[in-house]
Amino acid sequence: MEKQKAPIDHKNAVIRVHGLKKAFGDYEVLRGVNLELYQGENLVVLGRSGTGKSVLIKVISGLLQADAGTVEVLGQKIDQLTTKELQALRIRIGFSFQNSALYDSMTVRKNLEFPLVRNRRGIGRKEIDTSVERVLEAVSLSQTINQMPSELSGGQRKRIGIARTLILNPEIMLYDEPTAGLDPITCIEINELINEVQERYKTSSIIITHDLTCAKQTGDRIAMLLDGKFQREGSFEHVFDTDNARIKPFFDYNFIK
Amino acid sequence: MDTTDTTPIIPEPVKQKRFAGIRKSLTDFFASLYNINSFIIRFFKEAFLPPYEFKEIIRQCYETGVRSFTLISLTGFIVGLIFTKQSRPSLAEFGATSWLPSLVSIAIMRALAPLVTALIAAGKVGSSIGAELGSMRVTEQIDAMEVSGTNPFKFLVCTRVLATTLTIPILATYTGLISILGGFLNVYVNEGTSYRTYIGQVFDPLSFIDFTAALIKSIVFGFTIGIVGCYQGYNSSSGTEGVGKAANGAVVTAMFLIFIEEITIVQITSWFR
Ligand SMILES: Nc1ncnc2c1ncn2[C@@H]1O[C@H](COP(=O)(O)OP(=O)(O)OP(=O)(O)O)[C@@H](O)[C@H]1O
Ligand SMILES: [Mg+2]
Repeated sequence: MEKQKAPIDHKNAVIRVHGLKKAFGDYEVLRGVNLELYQGENLVVLGRSGTGKSVLIKVISGLLQADAGTVEVLGQKIDQLTTKELQALRIRIGFSFQNSALYDSMTVRKNLEFPLVRNRRGIGRKEIDTSVERVLEAVSLSQTINQMPSELSGGQRKRIGIARTLILNPEIMLYDEPTAGLDPITCIEINELINEVQERYKTSSIIITHDLTCAKQTGDRIAMLLDGKFQREGSFEHVFDTDNARIKPFFDYNFIK
Repeated sequence: MDTTDTTPIIPEPVKQKRFAGIRKSLTDFFASLYNINSFIIRFFKEAFLPPYEFKEIIRQCYETGVRSFTLISLTGFIVGLIFTKQSRPSLAEFGATSWLPSLVSIAIMRALAPLVTALIAAGKVGSSIGAELGSMRVTEQIDAMEVSGTNPFKFLVCTRVLATTLTIPILATYTGLISILGGFLNVYVNEGTSYRTYIGQVFDPLSFIDFTAALIKSIVFGFTIGIVGCYQGYNSSSGTEGVGKAANGAVVTAMFLIFIEEITIVQITSWFR
């Protein structure tokens, strides 16, 4: 499945992270992360459980505060923004959560409407409905519109979660383990969805995963998070062309060797 | 930078050796006092700034009312009935059963109605707020709200606290009326007092101070139930265990505070009498 996509603009970084540090108590999770995400690029972040991948994108979206270092998103330093400015910036970033984080008490329709209704005061009913239908169609789940999240499967929840972030036409997408816990076929569908989103919405994305098929299929560039830093970075082939005992097992496990 | 981070301002200290147990629980206690204090301050900072969430407040008022209505009706009625029944023998000793309605109304308006309502609401409403926000925190729904450009504190916390603060006084009034009705039923069956006489006797001994105190009390109780439930849920620790703890903590803390507030307000009103 070769991707056909707009070229990556290597002069234009939409996310710049420099020397990012974050600790919880005595445990230093991130110990100086440097990262640049270019316009139109899919960056895959790999790493073992507990290496702080989720923490990294939570810092990028301002959900957690960094202890040190700078985080610049779409040209704005996120720790220098007022609440209002941060809110405005967040609308331009889509965040797909590890466990989907759908609002349990709302139907799929209400889930999708929520960001729209909340951020575009006075938006008309008709415009809401068309937007909802548009994103549902994008994730090919139009039939679930009146269902509750509890009635959906894990893969469907993931896709609705992605649809909910798409509704605001984000410029950046942050995917936290989009394929974790899904069967191989659903994984491939999600990977295709990620590529499709990038083409259709011209987004730049960070994709966190353990799944090398996902990494290979979606990633333009791979970065390996190890001991709180990016230890290896580059194309898929480059990253795994190593004898490093802590990187190789990833590859061996995923492509049973 | 906004202050909507999820971690409490003072982190709960990690487990220490047993001999340090007392010090730890003391530090914990003051840390949580400090955290709840900042939570309350944040509520007042954000609740009264636009944009207002009227629709959500009304929905939450409705939820609060619906959740506790049946239980409150039943309890209110039975409290009135039983209280009248149990007080009769003592009054009968002095041949003063005609004072029953006044006694009932004083007991109900001054103490029982707000207290019973608040305790029931703490159990029904407070626990469900704690569990609801707790599970939203644990499943990252609160984070999801935040990254989609909605202020979750305002949308979830402020609306619920305002709703309980507005609804508990109304519910307490309703409990009072239902209890008085329960009392009437008992008096009517035993003494054959007419409805008209009963109502006259019921409202006669009540002063402006009684009504004001009851109103203030139920507003304070309502605020307590809302803020405690929200605080527990919003700061719930991760895992399903955290949700249970939040729900439980919401009830226990709210009831404890309600008793303290009851005593304090009774003390203050007695200075005014
Ligand atoms: N809010 C928090 N408070 C305390 N510790 C935290 C918090 N969030 C994360 N951590 C710690 O930071 C470390 C990294 O967590 P993170 O969720 O980023 O891992 P991850 O790389 O996403 O792992 P996984 O692949 O399992 O999702 C973990 O050890 C976790 O215990
Ligand atoms: Mg994670």
